[in-house]
Amino acid sequence: MSELVTRARSAKLRRRYAAEQRFRRIGASAVIAALTALALLFGSVLWQGLPAFLEHRVTLEVALDESAIDPGGARDAALMGEANYAGLLKNSLLAHFPEISNRRDKRELAALLSSGAAYDLRERVLAGPDLIGTAISFEALLSDEADALLNDPASRELPEAERQIGDAQIAWIDALSAQGLVRRAFAARLLQSGDSREPELAGVWGAAAGSFWTLLVTLALSFPLGVAAAIYLEELAPKSRWTDLIEVNINNLAAVPSIVYGLLGLAVFLGFFGLPRSAPLVGGMVLALMTLPTVIIAARAAIRAVPPSIGEAALAIGASPVQTIFHHVLPLAVPGILTGTIIGMARALGETAPLLMIGMVAFVVDVPSGPLDPATALPVQIFLWADSPERAFVARTSAAILVLLAFLVLMNFTAVLLRNRFERRW
Amino acid sequence: MQFLTKISAQGLNVFYAEKQALFDVYLDIPKHQVTALIGPSGCGKSTFLRCVNRMNDVIESCRVEGKLALDGDDLYAEGIDVVALRARVGMVFQKPNPFPKSVYENVAYGPRIHGLANTRAELDEIVIQSLERAGLFAEVKDRLHDSGTSLSGGQQQRLCIARAIAVSPEVILMDEPCSALDPIATARIEELIGVLRESFTIVIVTHSMQQAARVSQTTGFFHLGRVIEVGDTPQIFTDPRETKTRDYITGRFG
Repeated sequence: MSELVTRARSAKLRRRYAAEQRFRRIGASAVIAALTALALLFGSVLWQGLPAFLEHRVTLEVALDESAIDPGGARDAALMGEANYAGLLKNSLLAHFPEISNRRDKRELAALLSSGAAYDLRERVLAGPDLIGTAISFEALLSDEADALLNDPASRELPEAERQIGDAQIAWIDALSAQGLVRRAFAARLLQSGDSREPELAGVWGAAAGSFWTLLVTLALSFPLGVAAAIYLEELAPKSRWTDLIEVNINNLAAVPSIVYGLLGLAVFLGFFGLPRSAPLVGGMVLALMTLPTVIIAARAAIRAVPPSIGEAALAIGASPVQTIFHHVLPLAVPGILTGTIIGMARALGETAPLLMIGMVAFVVDVPSGPLDPATALPVQIFLWADSPERAFVARTSAAILVLLAFLVLMNFTAVLLRNRFERRW
Repeated sequence: MQFLTKISAQGLNVFYAEKQALFDVYLDIPKHQVTALIGPSGCGKSTFLRCVNRMNDVIESCRVEGKLALDGDDLYAEGIDVVALRARVGMVFQKPNPFPKSVYENVAYGPRIHGLANTRAELDEIVIQSLERAGLFAEVKDRLHDSGTSLSGGQQQRLCIARAIAVSPEVILMDEPCSALDPIATARIEELIGVLRESFTIVIVTHSMQQAARVSQTTGFFHLGRVIEVGDTPQIFTDPRETKTRDYITGRFG
């Protein structure tokens, strides 16, 4: 009899196990699909962005003629700064190619060097005026076209008309390479300088500093306001129709598209209060408005997760409600609040649309040194570079994405770390 | 034996929103005695207990009518300072709920917020004394700076008692203090209650009739929000006047 029961059941059981297996496989394939998409995304960004972290330089012997740099011999920095350093570099380059005589070729030869090379040389001379009158070995930055050619040898095969760089220029670069003068090095300026029209000179530091000031303002506004609002709503406010209404609206605000906050900032902060355009201060205020609901919701959830028995214990030995909150409830809620805040901040860091509305989309060369300086932010910088016609900006765009992703990963990692570190048992 | 009344309820009615939890309760709690409140679940014993230190204030829908007095002073009169009241009436909860801080900090917190110690030495003194009176000091004297939550359940509950007595209250309310503990830990707490009675007035809510019989001098039987019978513990358990009391203690319902 028992065998019969088992057999009758086993068909049913097999179906059950099959259904279970099926579901597991569907789940696993969903995860694999998501991971593949992620790997493709990271792979393509890395592949495109990594060349931007390297630059090509050519080593030149530059004769720092006193007559060319400082004819008066006064060693006045202002005068020395105005000297024709590009001309000096051009002469050193010409020394390698004595056969070049016509002006067009000379100009094309000089175009192999980035305009940044002359600035670098000027810096070098101004930093050490003693060098004047000697000949120094100087690593001059190559232009973005030359860099692109060296990065991608396949582009030589294209017809000349479709290339950014002429046949003659290719020959000169090959000649320099053959002498071992061309070197590939880490492009520190990508991480150290502000934006530029020249792709090889453009860096993310200006945008990163802009993002930093913006987020600082956002944090300074949304964290205290959000936590205070959460404490009040969760612990102190009487439960009424009004608090219910406020709660519903906070949840709704968290879902408002970010560009709407940008329009609000444009109308209120710029239009009504007349605050400066393109300033991280206003960007931070707008992003704070956007982040506030997230912070409030996360903080309320964290406060609610503290066991009520802890609060009761404190009240029962005569702590006032506010003492109970600040001595017992809040310390236990802090990890949750911080996690929520960091995730809100990470979202604010990646936000582009509201910043476009308040003018943080400008071409800003200087690195902002405070929240009132004109600035742009990392995601906006990515947007701007993606829009630029120069081919070399493609790599810069991906490199900026990598920098932004690095910051985001760092922030999320911090959030996880905080959560694990301060998680308590009770 | 003197029967000075410490807490006196005169026609106490308690409502949670529309639902009435206590009906016209008259109950006198004698000073320096252990009073046990027994009765089936939901009969209002805990509600009564939480009225005495006004922990019900936390529940917004809760409304209290009638008179409840501590040493003759109405607890629900205008201008009663709840914080000061709770310093006089301590409470121990059903589930041990030490703060997730060190053993020392758990006990020191009350004296600190009430300003009972001026110096670190005085505070140390209060902490050690309270732990000793709760019968815990010998077990934790080397672990004062370990987390209170690392102690065993029974130790945690005694820590909560130490925390309550550290602010020198007059009354200690205990809401089923042993329901989460094993029999050995329960025996230690009961023993402790017997000692603490000399210094404090104790009101204990319990579901265990044996416990009520063992620790208390006075017992009150609650049923459906009303006090059915109050009397000396031996009398309640051996010769109850009300049939409902008899039915309950003989296990016919509850």
